[in-house]
Amino acid sequence: MSKAIVLYLHAHQPFRLRHYNIFDAANHHNYFDTDHEQDYNNREILRKVAHKSYTPTNELLIDLLDKHPDFKLNLSITGLLIEQLENWAPEVLESFKRLVATGKVEIAAETYYHSLAFFYDRAEFERQVKMHEQKIQDIFGVTPKVFRNTELAYNNELANWAEQAGYDGILAEGWDPVLSWRSPNFMYRPVGTSHIKLLLKNYKMSDDIAFRFGNQDWKEWPLTSDKFSHWLNETTDAEIFNLFMDYETFGEHQWEDKGIFQFLENLPAQWLANQGNSFATFSEAIDKYESKDFIDMPNTVTWADTERDLTAWLGNNMQQEAIRELYALGDKILASQDLKLIDDWRRLQTSDHFYYMCTKWFNDGDVHAYFSPYSSPYDAFINYMNVYHDIVWRTDKVRA
Amino acid sequence: MKVLMLGWELPPNNSGGLGVACLQLSRALADAGADIEFVLPYYQEESYDFMRVHSSSPKTLSEFSNFGVYESYRYYAEDGSAIDVDALDQQLGYAKMVGGLVEQLDFDIIHAHDWLTFRAALLARERSNKPLVLHIHSIERDRAGGRNGNPLVREIEATSMLLADHIIAVSERTKQSIVDDYKIPADKIEVVYNSIDTSLFEPIDSDNAYKYLTDLKKDGWKVVSSIGRLTVQKGLWHLLNAAALVIEKQPKTVFLFVGDGEQRNELIEIASAKGIAKNVIFAGFQRGKNWRDAYGIADLFVMPSVSEPFGLTPFEAAAYDVPVLISKQSGIAEVFTNCLKVDFWDELEMANQIINVTSSNGLSQDLRHNAKQEYQKLSWSRSADQIMNRYLAFKVKVAA
Repeated sequence: MSKAIVLYLHAHQPFRLRHYNIFDAANHHNYFDTDHEQDYNNREILRKVAHKSYTPTNELLIDLLDKHPDFKLNLSITGLLIEQLENWAPEVLESFKRLVATGKVEIAAETYYHSLAFFYDRAEFERQVKMHEQKIQDIFGVTPKVFRNTELAYNNELANWAEQAGYDGILAEGWDPVLSWRSPNFMYRPVGTSHIKLLLKNYKMSDDIAFRFGNQDWKEWPLTSDKFSHWLNETTDAEIFNLFMDYETFGEHQWEDKGIFQFLENLPAQWLANQGNSFATFSEAIDKYESKDFIDMPNTVTWADTERDLTAWLGNNMQQEAIRELYALGDKILASQDLKLIDDWRRLQTSDHFYYMCTKWFNDGDVHAYFSPYSSPYDAFINYMNVYHDIVWRTDKVRA
Repeated sequence: MKVLMLGWELPPNNSGGLGVACLQLSRALADAGADIEFVLPYYQEESYDFMRVHSSSPKTLSEFSNFGVYESYRYYAEDGSAIDVDALDQQLGYAKMVGGLVEQLDFDIIHAHDWLTFRAALLARERSNKPLVLHIHSIERDRAGGRNGNPLVREIEATSMLLADHIIAVSERTKQSIVDDYKIPADKIEVVYNSIDTSLFEPIDSDNAYKYLTDLKKDGWKVVSSIGRLTVQKGLWHLLNAAALVIEKQPKTVFLFVGDGEQRNELIEIASAKGIAKNVIFAGFQRGKNWRDAYGIADLFVMPSVSEPFGLTPFEAAAYDVPVLISKQSGIAEVFTNCLKVDFWDELEMANQIINVTSSNGLSQDLRHNAKQEYQKLSWSRSADQIMNRYLAFKVKVAA
């Protein structure tokens, strides 16, 4: 029986806001650049992540693609990360281009700004997807055929939209309460659609690499590619293993000294050693495997937290107020035709900003349970709203 | 476990948080099995069913009229007038009384709260040969706003802490300042955090005592309250400077100061000099309903202390459903997470945060809601258990 690993890495960096207080509002409009504060310095963070993750991982992937003709993978890269690479690490962008040029690396479509616009402003969402498609076309010379929404936030409505928009496939979390007896290791079809296929993340296998790999308290530690391939080989009732994770898993979330690069380096040879095993791009998998059943997800499911919903971004009053007020500005902002203003407004839609305001973990006093440039979610909100106030001020100014 | 507890004040005859902390801690210790003989320097009518109160003087507090616990050599009456008194005489009187009680009472350990009781504590230890635990709610440097303060008080603190068998500090910050100021070995000092017992709180009724402010609020004004002594230690000068910045942005903001102290006139002058006198209300020292309603009327509570060993008022504010902003230079900042924190000297940031809380329902709601969840998990019983274990360790040691 043939089984394919569908490896998918998601690469993204937000434009973090600099420290911006209410007295800055209506005075200056530089929200993203600073030379002073390390925590907010996007250029320095990008260079650090490039050094620890993007550069060594891309080098390794290019080697592997070269060495193993059957090694393939999938990628998504947000418009905001591409911009940052263009400005601050063009050599890294070149290495991404070399990956895609092999023809064995497929890129997924998404919103340019890594936003949650689908849930607030459908027209704006579609504009951001178009922008991303254009950017990918410009940089990589390819057109994505498979859609992934920010944070893998998915529901039936999104799947239907994606089919209408002409995509062949769409990605979602393989969340047990939704799948019930079904396995994520097969191809599916969203309820209400006629041809688009649904690839569901095998979160247990994915998280073994993305979250548990370096955890010495984990009973399976240390995880080797040998052991991991063995698990997959032992899983008989399966056609595809959808291993979806952040690109930054390699070198940034899991550090080099924990052996994450070695794991990646050995995985293709270990897996391909068995007859019938393969790697597949999204499109190959979609062509090859028939859908086994319809999947119904009326409520939004994401790839985050134990709840797998949107509460990490939109769960509290601050988050709801901030995002509601931001989208309420849409018509006025777009009418201004001020491209800088529109771009700043869109950068504020990036989901990371709302994640920084999450109080779910903060209540337990576990301040460091998530990555944030702020010492508290309240500080994150205050900083964000100060920028929001300035955006409002600029909008009214343009129209006046 | 029989405890001779030496304190300088208890509610309702307290001038601040020390009396509240002593009473609530005593009750929790009694619940944990302590049999407490509490010695006060004045006579009070009130008695408690969980401990016996002894008075070192037949005089009531109003007969003393100028009794205070915080200032080292100068006391303030409730009307704010300052009277220099001979603190030494009072301490000697208290010590004499305690010295007599030692012969009559049966106890296993001596537990003394802050410097005014320390002469008596040393005498009790000498006569009874029982272990002495000093409970440090503040040291002279805190009360002197970061300066050295009264050398005689420093001498009492230094000598007592050297001779004591054990020291309890109300925060890590206090522990560190004891090590720094008095060169006491760190392993002799244990941190036991204060807590809050909201079951002792009277509810706020709908008829607020501050009628003028109630009407202002109907007109869209916001009220920022600060409750505490008007002394250098409390950092109100910085709050006034921040207030000027806030009012410039949001003229409909009024600052309510409840409390008295030697800095009162200076603060009034500063408010006038900055042209914000009409936005700053000095309500004087208040008890009961007037005190509670200062929380009840507030859209934000601020404790901007320059140096605060612990600081109970933020917990009171949270219990009365008010969002809280505190200085990072406070002991409570070590244990209270769902509040805003600022360096006391960073007036711009303080203003930034005040403006954001008073202009955002989302931030205000989340701060209140999450703080409530947080303090409901707090309890004095954990602190009492920690102290009981310490008592028991001494009892074992003494028996052996």
